[in-house]
Amino acid sequence: MTSSASGSEIIVAMPGTRLRQNQKLASQVFRSCAGLCGCSIIVVMAAILFELLLNSSQAMATLGWRFLVTAQWDPVAGKFGALSSIYGTAVSTLIALVIAVPTSLVIALFLVELCPKGLSGFFRTAIELLAAIPSIIYGMWGLFVLAPFMARYVQPVMGKYLGFTPLFQGPPMGIGMLTAGVILALMILPFVSSVMRDVLEMIPPVLKESAYGLGATTWEVTKDVSLKYGRAGMVGAIFLGLGRAIGETMAVTFVIGNDHSLSVSLFASGNTIASTLANEFTEASEPLYLSALVELGLVLFLMASAFQLIAQLWLRAAAVRMGTQ
Amino acid sequence: MMLKAKVFAVLIVVIPFALSGCAKQATPPGKPATSSNGSGVVTINGAGATFPYPIYAKWADEYYQLTRVKVNYQSIGSGGGVQQIKAGTVHFGASDSPLTPDELAEAGLFQFPMVIGGVVPVVNLPGIKSGNLRMSGKLLADIFLGKVKRWNDPAIAKENPSVKFPDKAITVVHRADGSGTTWIFTNYLDKVSPEWHSKIGYGKAVNWPVGVAGKGNEGVSAYVQRLEGSIGYVEYAYALQNKMRHVRLKNRAGNYVDPSADSFQAAAANAAWEKAPGFYVVLTDQPGINSWPVTGASYIIIHKKQKDPKLARAMLDFFEWCYKHGQQMASDLHYVPMPKEVYELVIKKWKSEIVVQ
Repeated sequence: MTSSASGSEIIVAMPGTRLRQNQKLASQVFRSCAGLCGCSIIVVMAAILFELLLNSSQAMATLGWRFLVTAQWDPVAGKFGALSSIYGTAVSTLIALVIAVPTSLVIALFLVELCPKGLSGFFRTAIELLAAIPSIIYGMWGLFVLAPFMARYVQPVMGKYLGFTPLFQGPPMGIGMLTAGVILALMILPFVSSVMRDVLEMIPPVLKESAYGLGATTWEVTKDVSLKYGRAGMVGAIFLGLGRAIGETMAVTFVIGNDHSLSVSLFASGNTIASTLANEFTEASEPLYLSALVELGLVLFLMASAFQLIAQLWLRAAAVRMGTQ
Repeated sequence: MMLKAKVFAVLIVVIPFALSGCAKQATPPGKPATSSNGSGVVTINGAGATFPYPIYAKWADEYYQLTRVKVNYQSIGSGGGVQQIKAGTVHFGASDSPLTPDELAEAGLFQFPMVIGGVVPVVNLPGIKSGNLRMSGKLLADIFLGKVKRWNDPAIAKENPSVKFPDKAITVVHRADGSGTTWIFTNYLDKVSPEWHSKIGYGKAVNWPVGVAGKGNEGVSAYVQRLEGSIGYVEYAYALQNKMRHVRLKNRAGNYVDPSADSFQAAAANAAWEKAPGFYVVLTDQPGINSWPVTGASYIIIHKKQKDPKLARAMLDFFEWCYKHGQQMASDLHYVPMPKEVYELVIKKWKSEIVVQ
């Protein structure tokens, strides 16, 4: 204590100390401000969770577990089952990932490994522009352009050749789960592919060069070096896409058909948690109805959080396994 | 460095004040916005149904030009309107479906019909022109129940002997969002089909047995226009603006009628307003040879006990002006204004029932 006190006395005597003291104060103020801002995130999260729990308590008490496992959605009779919404959210997200992940991977590989240097900037900008389009535009485009296209050209062909599976049966309306999945795939494509590109670019050149030095082909380097090394980052990219797809609202609402029945066929219309909330919140006047919608929101919140958590855990485990960090 | 720090400090001090200045202009939660300020300008805030929004906005605009009394109307939906007026965050609420007398009494509210509109079944079927297709209420209900699945079903052919129907699946289109339009439409089906009554019932959102759903009138009309072989229901104004092909409906008198301002007014004229407590009148399936069976009124809801006399008077003056001078504007926008005998009854009622404290 005493030694540090005498030390500060020495500093006081030196020129320019006021400035230094000011800086010290400023840094303390900044530190506490930053801490406060950081804490506010936790507080906001906790407040959202609390609010969701509080406002859905009536639905939880009245409907219990049946809310999660039944699909009947009957506001007149006061019967609410979230199953069709949960199923729709999961299926539309899955379709989006099935389409977007391989495509994004190929795009990223093209940009990093194959694309001529002069063109790659152009492609990057084009892909990033896709991310800047508001979701309502995707929705309108989906309804007016993609849905008729799917109904006329894509779904009849799929129905003809894949119709033996229950997934591709029923009238080709163009509106439904499949179209929603395709729209979602387009929307998450720029995010997933740009993260994958970053991952591929961060692979140390020396690794790839050594592989090339051993006589490996471009394909072998990509398969055995780039993809293996960047695996954790790739999974991160997928989860980023998943996180976006799961809560996407407007574009899905336009094309999914907003029907509360459960059907296996991807041609049939369905709904997601987010689309149901967007559609029904404004006019839900009965307390139980409103409470059920809030509980739907809670389910979405928990689903998204769970996926984030899994992603974090996976990334951490992967980092440990590979010894990179 | 120092200068920057000072500027930063000044900003930190100034910003909260600036923000609080803004906040003062916004509505404080739980209380209606400042109704009148020193200069005597009155602002009336309302919220609710989306269907009458165009006419309420038009009336508000004209009324402001005349009197400098400002009426803000936010079309947040009927359900939202009812909640807001109950919570007291607005001066008036608006709803496409009437509150029951019990609900009104419980919350100390008063409601009155402001405009009349009609809901119209619309179809997209090659070879069918507007008004070419005739249906009874029961057939319409069977289609929306999913019992009549194809256009060449004998039940449809029976009512339309002169029309040749394709062998095409019927795609039912309904509203995805809760809506007063759905309330009126399902209320009608509930009245004319015992099966609909026992299985589905009526409300702003119901458990639809079949079909796809669009958000808002625009969503339904977009789906109907896109899907060949579809049938949906929209507000009359939407059907007109989008040149959609409507269905002629058989009314209670057994007559097939086209939707029009006249047939809506015919339905409203036959209603027994004076006998209905709280103006709880449902205009679907009304008697009368020319009545359009899927007609409904849009309501204004206010508190019975008004705290601010000046504001209460300004608000009632506005509604009276709308009734008396807004008729042409309403007709121009394809709404049906309230008949004279109805609004005179409303004015008489609010004079005796609204208490200014």
